[in-house]
Amino acid sequence: MLDGIDLNVAEGTIFALLGPNGAGKTTTVQILSTLIGADGGDVCVAGHDLGRDPDAVRDAIGVTGQFSAVDNLLTGEENLTLMADLRHLERTEGRRRTSQLLDQFDLVEVSKKPAGTYSGGMRRRLDLAMTLVGDSRIIFLDEPTTGLDPRSRRTMWQIIRELVAGGVTIFLTTHYLEEADQLADQIAVLNHGRLIARGTPDELKRLLPGGHIRLRFNDPQGLEAAARVFGESTRDDDSLTLEIPSDGGVRSLRALLDQLDSTAIEVGSLSVHTPDLDDVFLSLTGQPDNEKESVR
Amino acid sequence: MNTLAYAVSDSTTMLRRNLRHMQRYPSLTLMLVGIPVIFLLMFVYVFGGTLGAGLGSTSEGRAEYVNYVAPGILLMAVAGVAQGTAISVAMDMTEGIIARFRTMAIFRPSVLTGHVLGSMIQTGLSLAVVIGVALLIGFRPTADLIGWWIAAIGVLAMITLALTWLTVALGLASKNVEAASNLPMPLMLLPFLGSGFVPTDSMPVGLRWFAEYQPFTSVIETLRGLLMGTSIGNSAIIAAAWCAAITLAGYLWARAAFNRDPAR
Repeated sequence: MLDGIDLNVAEGTIFALLGPNGAGKTTTVQILSTLIGADGGDVCVAGHDLGRDPDAVRDAIGVTGQFSAVDNLLTGEENLTLMADLRHLERTEGRRRTSQLLDQFDLVEVSKKPAGTYSGGMRRRLDLAMTLVGDSRIIFLDEPTTGLDPRSRRTMWQIIRELVAGGVTIFLTTHYLEEADQLADQIAVLNHGRLIARGTPDELKRLLPGGHIRLRFNDPQGLEAAARVFGESTRDDDSLTLEIPSDGGVRSLRALLDQLDSTAIEVGSLSVHTPDLDDVFLSLTGQPDNEKESVR
Repeated sequence: MNTLAYAVSDSTTMLRRNLRHMQRYPSLTLMLVGIPVIFLLMFVYVFGGTLGAGLGSTSEGRAEYVNYVAPGILLMAVAGVAQGTAISVAMDMTEGIIARFRTMAIFRPSVLTGHVLGSMIQTGLSLAVVIGVALLIGFRPTADLIGWWIAAIGVLAMITLALTWLTVALGLASKNVEAASNLPMPLMLLPFLGSGFVPTDSMPVGLRWFAEYQPFTSVIETLRGLLMGTSIGNSAIIAAAWCAAITLAGYLWARAAFNRDPAR
């Protein structure tokens, strides 16, 4: 499933493991969080060897998996108390932590209702709150925002940022590029069980050639004329568009407009495209044959 | 805290969780208590007259049959709760929270001991109701309250512990909840294929051989002896050995099944 993954995550940062469905993201998290064994290799989590001292690792980590890990028959409050008891917190400390988390995660109103009656967003918040009961130094989040509406997603991002501000290390998986771009200090791209790229969001974006300006024309004659003027461009006769390489800056845009003016070419519309992680992701994962050249 | 203290505190926490589950999902408990009561009433009032007469006594058959069948029904109640245990363990294993427990630094078997302790309490409740109904319809044990009743409760606790660990293992080994509800079915039938409802000498040879040597018969004979003053013979020792063996095998099986790497 996984092949030769070598990762280093610095303390107090957010690390995002990015990849399409079935890439091996969940398997990676399950191995790192002691849920399943690895066939080989050395893993050190929070300074403890995963194979030799799994309990020390378990003591340092908190895990919120992809599938909700709440007890549906217990209320939100009881779920948190259960975690406090299993983390062996003092009774008063456990109660304090429970009410604090209910408050922080906006669950006070539903705290006496069984978790089975919660909405997807509430359940996800309770799930994360349960993970945080133990004040873990490292938190694993497996697709924390999958299936959440945009507002809940932003709330979740806010929570994750606050955690890191408090010194926690976050290891998250996602298939949303925007999420990795927004949150992560370091991103690794996983495809078919192998790491095909890693770096900061900016470094990954630099893997792709620059952006372009797209011109759309009203008639084929306009496209024809423009294609003659801008030699280094890609034309699409079906959609009557022309893509001209550009860094997207104001200066190059002005130069292009001046050129269009002087040649009196009529342009229907114009848009500026800068490369985003989507382009990187698609170019890295979309062409299996080029994988090796594009990465290593 | 040391390991033993963790073991106790985590098991208590898990027991609390399981008791809450029973409280929130009472229909299973009600069914588990209801079935042996229905069987008791059916056997006493539908079959009791004839079966009692067949016991060869001079007094009224039905009244005597209550006394004869009560230990068998008690075992049925124990087996019934054990079947429920397999179902609730299998259901629990489908929940995401079990994965969470596996990634926490807790006393691992506490997930299982929580189920075992919860089922023992559930069995206690079920047995209390069954004994209560039996007393109401004419069950008249000759045992004196202090000595033999305590011994009888000890025997019931022993067989409950054994069957509960066995069904926890069955619940863990089952691929799904349906399988978990079917696998322990033979346990419900075992009291019939023993001395629970009729004396074994009335059975054909092959069946009689099975009935005399299967574990439930020794437990039933021990219970009957303690409660009704019939002869126990070596049944008590055989019952204790069976219970110890089943408990140990069930525990080891359950532990291995729970610790098995879920990826393999």
